[in-house]
Amino acid sequence: MNALLTSAFISAFIIACIAGAMPLLLAAVGETIGEQAGVLNLGIEGMMLVGAYVGYVVALESHSVWLGMLGGAIGGMMISLVMLVLNVWLGLNQIVLGIAITLAGRGVTSVLYEQNYSTTAPRVGLDRWQIPGLSQLPSVGTSIFSQSGLFWLALVLALAASWFLRRSNWGLSIRAAGQKPSSLDAAGGSVMRTRSQAVLIGGIFSGLGGAYLSLLGTGAFTPFMTNGVGYIAIIVTMLARGRILWVAVVSVLYGVTVAVGTVLQLTSLNIPTDIITMLPDIVIMVVLLVFARSVYISPVLGAPYARGTR
Amino acid sequence: MATNEQSARKRAIDTVVRSVLPIILALITAALILVALGKDPLHFYGGVFENGVLGANWQHSLVMMTPLLLIAIALIVVFRGQLWNLGYDGQFLLGAVAVGGLAPQLVAATSPGVAYLILTVAAIAVAALWTIPPAWLKARFGTNEIITTLVMSTIGIGLTNILVEYVFQDPGVIVPQTRALDQSDMLPYIPGTHVHVGFIFAIVVAIVFQFILSRTSFGLRLDVFGASPKSARHVGINSRRMTIILFLISGGLIGLAAAMDIFGQWGYVRTNWNPAYGDTIMPFVFLARLSPVGSIPFIAFYSVFATGGTIAAQESGISVDFIKVIVALILIFMTITEYVGTKRDLGQSYLPDELKDALRKPVAIITGKRVTQ
Repeated sequence: MNALLTSAFISAFIIACIAGAMPLLLAAVGETIGEQAGVLNLGIEGMMLVGAYVGYVVALESHSVWLGMLGGAIGGMMISLVMLVLNVWLGLNQIVLGIAITLAGRGVTSVLYEQNYSTTAPRVGLDRWQIPGLSQLPSVGTSIFSQSGLFWLALVLALAASWFLRRSNWGLSIRAAGQKPSSLDAAGGSVMRTRSQAVLIGGIFSGLGGAYLSLLGTGAFTPFMTNGVGYIAIIVTMLARGRILWVAVVSVLYGVTVAVGTVLQLTSLNIPTDIITMLPDIVIMVVLLVFARSVYISPVLGAPYARGTR
Repeated sequence: MATNEQSARKRAIDTVVRSVLPIILALITAALILVALGKDPLHFYGGVFENGVLGANWQHSLVMMTPLLLIAIALIVVFRGQLWNLGYDGQFLLGAVAVGGLAPQLVAATSPGVAYLILTVAAIAVAALWTIPPAWLKARFGTNEIITTLVMSTIGIGLTNILVEYVFQDPGVIVPQTRALDQSDMLPYIPGTHVHVGFIFAIVVAIVFQFILSRTSFGLRLDVFGASPKSARHVGINSRRMTIILFLISGGLIGLAAAMDIFGQWGYVRTNWNPAYGDTIMPFVFLARLSPVGSIPFIAFYSVFATGGTIAAQESGISVDFIKVIVALILIFMTITEYVGTKRDLGQSYLPDELKDALRKPVAIITGKRVTQ
């Protein structure tokens, strides 16, 4: 076991943690903004896949992961337009639309990937920022302080979302649209506009999460690569009750379970890979069963708003 | 009385249009996508028909239809109660592995008939059991069952793989799978065909549930509960118990589907096998207006599409996942058709007020008119 505690090992462990946690963090931040505004986005899995695919294609074409990330964000936003028009504007069923978006995202990305890249399966290059000084530290230097610049950008975006949601007027409107839309309406705000913004930003974050997964997590797109991360993001959102800090904590915990899974595979312990892939889900189910009381769901979540109705 | 008859006929036509129109729109859109991808849509749809219906291929479609129809009924029961059981994959696979893992020994120890009976009950029990945590959380704390059933599904899929690889694995093969049943020990065919009797059984179950849902007091209570759990409580329906009962029935039917599919079609369970039957039949359940018997033609249509589409997709050089895109398109067009139909029935405007206000302003600016409040 001593060999496990070397500097190189700890570094690899932290890298695996970050790779597991960041896509989830980004997606869950997007989901939080949507849910705070009263829109349950079940299509997040599909949005992430579209973001992952578009990001991958853009990064391959432009040879820049940064442009790829931007492409992923735009891809996520484009598909959230479906949700925007059909749910927020016309008030159609969010659950049916969410399932449709997930199916469409899975199908479209898989079809396009098979069509264009399945025979060549090219990979995306990485860029690493060696933070001067800090990157010389043992263990953390080669892991945390040698991440891609996109890692820091994602952290900044998550922090910014947290601040805007908690401390700005805009965040107040968002939360009002999710808690009591009629009061936002009475105060002169527009529920439709607020929710539209929330859905678009949610789409951007989901797309970013997907692009992070394909560009920085694995360096390539594979069909169905999100493998349920989108659904986990929805659960994280419910557990965090709108607090981005808690979203981050739970995401890191998820990253740790992913990393532990990878480590267990490396050791000679003979543990089935399926237990490892089930680990995060089992943790979530246990958490839900134990903390069921504190899982908060807004009363108007999922309900379209029509002026004059209660 | 003539007007009554006329309006009844008009309503019937309206229902048919609303159910069929989304499928037609989706197929047209899918054809446009195929053209955009540089494929011939007529070749693809022709291939679907040829491989799904012509020759003896219709029999494959009917075999495919057996589990799909049973899962459709399972979804109808919970959807009528306004509950969402989206954990069908995990429930199905756990039921399937219970049957596939135990069947060879049990058939050898007793007789096929006894084994069918015991293992079908076992599959129903296992799948129903898997719905209990989400059902309990929903009944007790109102925890969103969509999420919990999905998580339980993922766990169930993993557990199935572990059972196949470590408990029931046939040592004689390289890819982990359970020991295969002999063809002679599987469900018999309907005379003159290669369709197993499970198909007839599924149709009977659909008719039975049609009766239960529309002609019994349980069906009425279920509809009241689905319309409003609050008013259901006022008329003395125990919402919590109803929630759990509905989930148990739904899980049980999915277990039944698994038993029929393993006994009738496959005979074994392979590792990482997941047919994902449930996702794709979602739109058809709604198009059939949550009626078990009404869903039969829709499920038949999809079975032909899935059976023929898999081969047609390979022939056209396109990913099989294209079928998922078509199903998603049907879902989207279904919600739009429904929206337009409802608004027309109510004689309301097709655009919500707030959206109209938002649109009126730029139009007014362009046309140079003042906005009147």
